[in-house]
Amino acid sequence: MTSPLLQVEDLHTYIGSQHILQGVDVEVPAGTVTVLLGRNGAGKTTTLRSILGLWKPARGRVVFAGQDITGWPTHAIARLGVGYVPEHRAIFRSLTVEENLRIAERRKGDFQRRRDFLFDLFPDLARLAHWPAGQLSGGQQQMLAIARALVPENRLLLIDEPSEGLAPVLIEHLIEAIRALSASLTVLLVEQNFHVARRLGVHYAILEHGRTVHQGRMSDLLAQPDLIHRYLGVTV
Amino acid sequence: MTQGHPASPHRRAVLAASLFLVGVVVLNVFLFPPAQVGVILLSGLYQAMLFFLVASGLAIIFGLLDVLNLAQGAFFMLGAYVGFGVYRLLGEGLALGVRFAAALLAALLIGGLLGALVERWLIRPLYVRPLFQIVLTLGLAMVLREAVRTLYGPAGLIPIQPPAPLRTTLTVLGAQFETYRVFIIGMGGGLMLATWLLLRRTRLGMVIRAGVEDREMVEALGIPVGRVFTLAFALGSGLAALGGIIAAPYIGAYPEMGDVFLLNAIIVVVLGGMGSFEGTMMASLLVGLTRATAEQISLEYLDTPLLASVSILLIMILVLLVRPSGLFGSEP
Ligand SMILES: Nc1ncnc2c1ncn2[C@@H]1O[C@H](COP(=O)(O)OP(=O)(O)O)[C@@H](O)[C@H]1O
Ligand SMILES: [Mg+2]
Repeated sequence: MTSPLLQVEDLHTYIGSQHILQGVDVEVPAGTVTVLLGRNGAGKTTTLRSILGLWKPARGRVVFAGQDITGWPTHAIARLGVGYVPEHRAIFRSLTVEENLRIAERRKGDFQRRRDFLFDLFPDLARLAHWPAGQLSGGQQQMLAIARALVPENRLLLIDEPSEGLAPVLIEHLIEAIRALSASLTVLLVEQNFHVARRLGVHYAILEHGRTVHQGRMSDLLAQPDLIHRYLGVTV
Repeated sequence: MTQGHPASPHRRAVLAASLFLVGVVVLNVFLFPPAQVGVILLSGLYQAMLFFLVASGLAIIFGLLDVLNLAQGAFFMLGAYVGFGVYRLLGEGLALGVRFAAALLAALLIGGLLGALVERWLIRPLYVRPLFQIVLTLGLAMVLREAVRTLYGPAGLIPIQPPAPLRTTLTVLGAQFETYRVFIIGMGGGLMLATWLLLRRTRLGMVIRAGVEDREMVEALGIPVGRVFTLAFALGSGLAALGGIIAAPYIGAYPEMGDVFLLNAIIVVVLGGMGSFEGTMMASLLVGLTRATAEQISLEYLDTPLLASVSILLIMILVLLVRPSGLFGSEP
């Protein structure tokens, strides 16, 4: 087996004086979707932020494409090809839709082509290109946040709870979009909604109280309903 | 296909502020003879531009870094001293226009450079401790003021001479008005436009606006936000220093000259909505014109200019009662 695109080993992160991550291990094989599961407050968002260097891990390693990036500044990690779609649709509300995309441009001259490609993928955004992003609906903002992460040709996307607060129709749309994306890049997805997670994830890791308690292939997890019930409180 | 542009969320604020400005002009026309109205309005604009030059940096820096940079007044004062120094250094041999232009440029550059150093070495280590930054910038202002007082004496320097064409007077509706004040208005207006274009039309401006909203997300897009912050800080302090040297031929250079401008700039920034650049532009005009009008009314009817400062505070209280986050502030 080839080595994973992203490998998180025994990660420990403090927020203030609180020991939030106490040993997180995640392996994200290239070219697939890995879902990060766990109850509210388990440390999923903190894990993504620690990978990106938005929190500085106190212990452990983050290895991306064979390179140890632990402790790197966030902008340098992003430039290696890591895109981030944060929780709560953190788009720039006062910037227009197009500016939200343009600001993510990394290589000069590439933008027109990427934008047209993304406008094809999310037609709503093309229509609203000159609107302040803050005036978009929740679903449109989520699409924009994903599109923004796709402007540079990233190799890995970290997506945090994209389906939160979306209507069922939009969730279907989102699942389609993420499936389409995962054909060409690798995704680490945090997803509270297990019914969404099981349809997207090829691999999974479950966190509890800041620790990885299980990881493996989604098909194996689905064969263990008791595990799912114990850690996620979901009956399948 | 695009759907055109939606209504600006601040349309009502723009409308209210514009109405207020028109009201001030009408009040002037009503109270004073035309010749005096022209002078009052020009004087209001002139004050507005100087407030703007100090306040714009305050607004940009506050929006981006959540730092209320109380050293802006000191940068204003330093700009005047640096400009004077360069002006004298160049000596009599050179044309006045060249010396004067060099003084402006030197103030802008040295102000900017100093701002960058302050951000990099003093402010940045304290980003996680906002209260310390207030104390720090206030302390820095005091140190700079005392340093200048010790080096150049408390009395201040005799104003330098701008080039001859700027030393004439203009006749405005039958009243005399110094050309130099018109120059200040023109410079201020030009810088206002230039800064606005920088923020609205360039990539750096876009990154600054995005950074005002969410600096972590900007960083997560691969942009080294720290450098952008340093640049923005330099821009703010450079503009304030330029304001100082522009004002200096008129008010001279003395250690405390920044204090009153800082105070008014703070009012402008609060009034405009902390961190909003458009709000700062609008509020500068509001404060400048109101001050000039109130000053004249006060002198005419009460024999003291006291009303000028009081009127500004009244406006601030009024606006904050209706819109607690200022004219262009985003409602929480
Ligand atoms: N900015 C923060 N300050 C203090 N505590 C935080 C912060 N962010 C997260 N935490 C704490 O860290 C723990 C994990 O949070 P988080 O990673 O957001 O969980 P999840 O995303 O799995 O719901 C929670 O107990 C939360 O209260
Ligand atoms: Mg979370």
